Amino acid sequence: MSVAVERNPPVRLPNEPSITPEIVAEHGLSPDEYQRVLAIMGRTPTMVELGIFSAMWSEHCSYKSSKIWLKKLPTTAPWVIQGPGENAGVIDIGDGQAAIFKMESHNHPSYIEPYQGAATGVGGILRDVFTMGARPIANLNALRFGDPKHPKTRHLVSGVVAGIGGYGNCMGIPTVGGETNFHPAYNGNILVNAMTVGIAPTNRIFYAAAAGVGNPLVYVGSKTGRDGIHGATMSSAEFNEDSESKRPTVQVGDPFVEKLLLEACLELMATDAIVAIQDMGAAGLTSSSFEMAAKGGLGVVVELDKVPMRETGMNPYELMLSESQERMLIVLKPGREELARRIFEKWELDFAVIGRLTDTERMVLSWHGEIVGNIPIPPLVTEAPVYERPWTLTPLPAVLDAAAVPAPKDWRASLLALMSCPDLASKAWIWNQYDHLIMGNTAIRPQDGDAALVRVPPDGSHIGHKGLAVTSDCTPRYVQAHPETGGRQAVAEAWRNITAVGARPLAVTDNMNFGNPQKPEIMGQFAGAIMGMAEACKVLDFPVVSGNVSLYNETEGRPILPTPTIGAVGVIDDIAKAVGSRLTQSGLGIVLIGQTTGWLGQSLYLREACGREEGAPPPVDLVVERRNGNFVRAQIAAGQIKACHDLSDGGLLVALAEMCIAGSTGVEIAMPAGQTAPPHAFLYGEDQGRYLVAAGSPDEILDAAAAAGVPAMLLGYSGGPSLTVKGVLSLELRDIKAAHEAWLPAYMNATD
Amino acid sequence: MKAAVLVFPGSNREVDVAQAIELVTARKPVMVWHGDGDFEKTDLIVVPGGFSYGDYLRCGAMAAQSPVMAEVKRRATQGVPVLAICNGFQIVTEAGLLPGTLMRNAHLKFVCRDVHLKVESSQSLFTNRYQQGQVLRIPVAHAEGNYFADADTLKRIEDRGQVAFRYCAPDGTVDGTGNPNGSLANIAGVFNESKTVMGLMPHPENAIESMFGGCDGKPLFEGLVEALS
Repeated sequence: MSVAVERNPPVRLPNEPSITPEIVAEHGLSPDEYQRVLAIMGRTPTMVELGIFSAMWSEHCSYKSSKIWLKKLPTTAPWVIQGPGENAGVIDIGDGQAAIFKMESHNHPSYIEPYQGAATGVGGILRDVFTMGARPIANLNALRFGDPKHPKTRHLVSGVVAGIGGYGNCMGIPTVGGETNFHPAYNGNILVNAMTVGIAPTNRIFYAAAAGVGNPLVYVGSKTGRDGIHGATMSSAEFNEDSESKRPTVQVGDPFVEKLLLEACLELMATDAIVAIQDMGAAGLTSSSFEMAAKGGLGVVVELDKVPMRETGMNPYELMLSESQERMLIVLKPGREELARRIFEKWELDFAVIGRLTDTERMVLSWHGEIVGNIPIPPLVTEAPVYERPWTLTPLPAVLDAAAVPAPKDWRASLLALMSCPDLASKAWIWNQYDHLIMGNTAIRPQDGDAALVRVPPDGSHIGHKGLAVTSDCTPRYVQAHPETGGRQAVAEAWRNITAVGARPLAVTDNMNFGNPQKPEIMGQFAGAIMGMAEACKVLDFPVVSGNVSLYNETEGRPILPTPTIGAVGVIDDIAKAVGSRLTQSGLGIVLIGQTTGWLGQSLYLREACGREEGAPPPVDLVVERRNGNFVRAQIAAGQIKACHDLSDGGLLVALAEMCIAGSTGVEIAMPAGQTAPPHAFLYGEDQGRYLVAAGSPDEILDAAAAAGVPAMLLGYSGGPSLTVKGVLSLELRDIKAAHEAWLPAYMNATD
Repeated sequence: MKAAVLVFPGSNREVDVAQAIELVTARKPVMVWHGDGDFEKTDLIVVPGGFSYGDYLRCGAMAAQSPVMAEVKRRATQGVPVLAICNGFQIVTEAGLLPGTLMRNAHLKFVCRDVHLKVESSQSLFTNRYQQGQVLRIPVAHAEGNYFADADTLKRIEDRGQVAFRYCAPDGTVDGTGNPNGSLANIAGVFNESKTVMGLMPHPENAIESMFGGCDGKPLFEGLVEALS
């Protein structure tokens, strides 16, 4: 195919409809955006060209509403190898190894078809990570469901959990952590955020930028079917009563094929055959081929009739927009086709040379010898719409006076109620369906620590001393009340959770889940959350290296709680020094680190015990956060701490109860002298920057804290079968444990 | 001891068991691809866990028909020991090397957690480092581990002492409370008649280091080394 031919206008296929304003609107393009299309093309586009613009300029692929805000996030640090813009972020964890990770949402598909939606969410994020050359070593997921009483919730929990397990278990990647919350704001729009962390040698990381005019473009993996067409456009629109009819836009996953694809890709990556590689995720062949060419400043010719097809009668439009799963696009070095073909055929996967790179900076699509699409690549990027949408910041609500919040009438009942409320109840029913032990590297299992901890296997051998701590965090009710504080808190809590196991927090991935950005108050939530996150990331040296934005999370005009989920990674050089949160020894001093004022605004106690969601969320002093965390980490490294738990939802008493029941050891503490907050504010308040630590020599910790200017107080000692706060309550651990563990299984097994 | 670990498309715990063997023997096992019906002679063959062929059709059914399994059957009848774990257990029952079958878990869900196992017999290549009646803590991770055999078969394997492990409570009581999947007679692992083939659903290869799930699986591999070196 000569360059002259490539510049020819494409032919319109038989049966191809004329482009009408209705067809443009169905493709999610505004009239203004369509005018840009016409200006770039200089003519009316063909259907396949229109489809490509639609996908590339969807909110999902273009970040057109969020881009200007995302730029405010810090993305660099000496240990950052690759920040946002690639398939995943890459950080240096020492010894020639890199951690590669990202979190991504699959919210809309999971609501429409929970099993496949969640499963393909896991499949997609795994591909994002192994396409860069990493072997995935840990999965996490952050889930938000609606009110447990809502008629769809049980079905959604059941399907999402089964889907995540079904995919991750078959892939053989341990699912080690995450979080699950419930709130009526998610009734019509659940959140499924999946994160994968992988490991690669720093000198063997693979990128998407194509290079080398004439190099072959290779398609590998599964065949292309008609599933998921317009998935990216669908997930960039609000839900309404017709959303059920969008089920056919949800992709269907096959983890077995992805496992083969993983092994085949890693085998090929061990050779020198690859120039560039990109997975086919949202917008499939369109975005993958487009991004590879755009990043390399090149053009590409794709012979669409060469694409392996699952169904007969498929047309170029369907092939370019299908979101069939388990597919990759690779640019090979010349002459390496046979080597690569042998590897993929060994793994019984499809392999097809479907095109080549050109120097035209155009994407040319051919179909049985005829040109059916011909788009200039740079303008699609440079002329892409970017919106500075109007935004209104959420004002800071009035601070709630703790004295105005009633104390529990029955202390024991209040703790049992909190420990068994949907947000705090044990999620073992969920993570017992995830293989969290495969690979044999899981040192801290779900619920045994604030972050999960996995050993980093050096070059696949068994003996290693380094561990990666991973967590995901967000407190949406804080973000709703005041997005800046909530954004700051989400980052701070992730940092704290990494710290609480003894690891050094290194970097984060952010998964921004918000409502309709065309509403100023929603855009204001986004802006506020970004401002808070940016500040926290900066002060805590905790850059954002990858992320994902999911907007239009609304149903019938009702938005979700703003939910900027933070996935975080930290490293500990000697995994044997890490600590979990289980209290397993008697006679340990229980020391509270950090300042307690008794902050009840937006607390779980206020919501669960008083039925109120009000007040300002607890403020986050980032300098104090860092000081307290660095102190705790140093004490863990010095071997002073046997167990450590950060204080978050439910405050001190809930954290203490969790430590006790996890390790089957009781405690007896006393309200400290000189404490001015009322007992329920002291015990259930959610002041930030705090930890509970259990230590054999608590005096040494108190001395060190005093020297470091860190507030610390000895509350009591571990031992016995009960949790006792002198003069307030005493509860047997088995009663707390029973309440904590009963709620979710009972809820899921109920038949009402 | 020289061991071979089979690898099917979809195997995913082959690395775990290979590392366990290497940790105990200081020697890497040979990894054998499913299409290889003529692999080198070894003292032990391990059929690992995973989702061979995606668990499509029926767990283990397709792998049981592979070239490598034809050779494993031949060698097993000659007395070469075979250790089959999880999906491997499903494969060898499909291949007819062990009695019974593994059905969908009674609660219909995948289950991953530590279970307690009671050692039923220490008189085997696989269990000689354990005491009869000893209680082990080892994880399971499966959706189809519900052991079943017809009444005649069950009677025969019970009479002949072919039950290797049973699920139990932490104190060793075998009353169904520790049974994670509904297995008949709480059976977690069985031998063939000559006790040269053992299949079990739990993962001893994920219980060989104190920081990573405990060490209760390690004696199984140590016992094999002693018996086969």
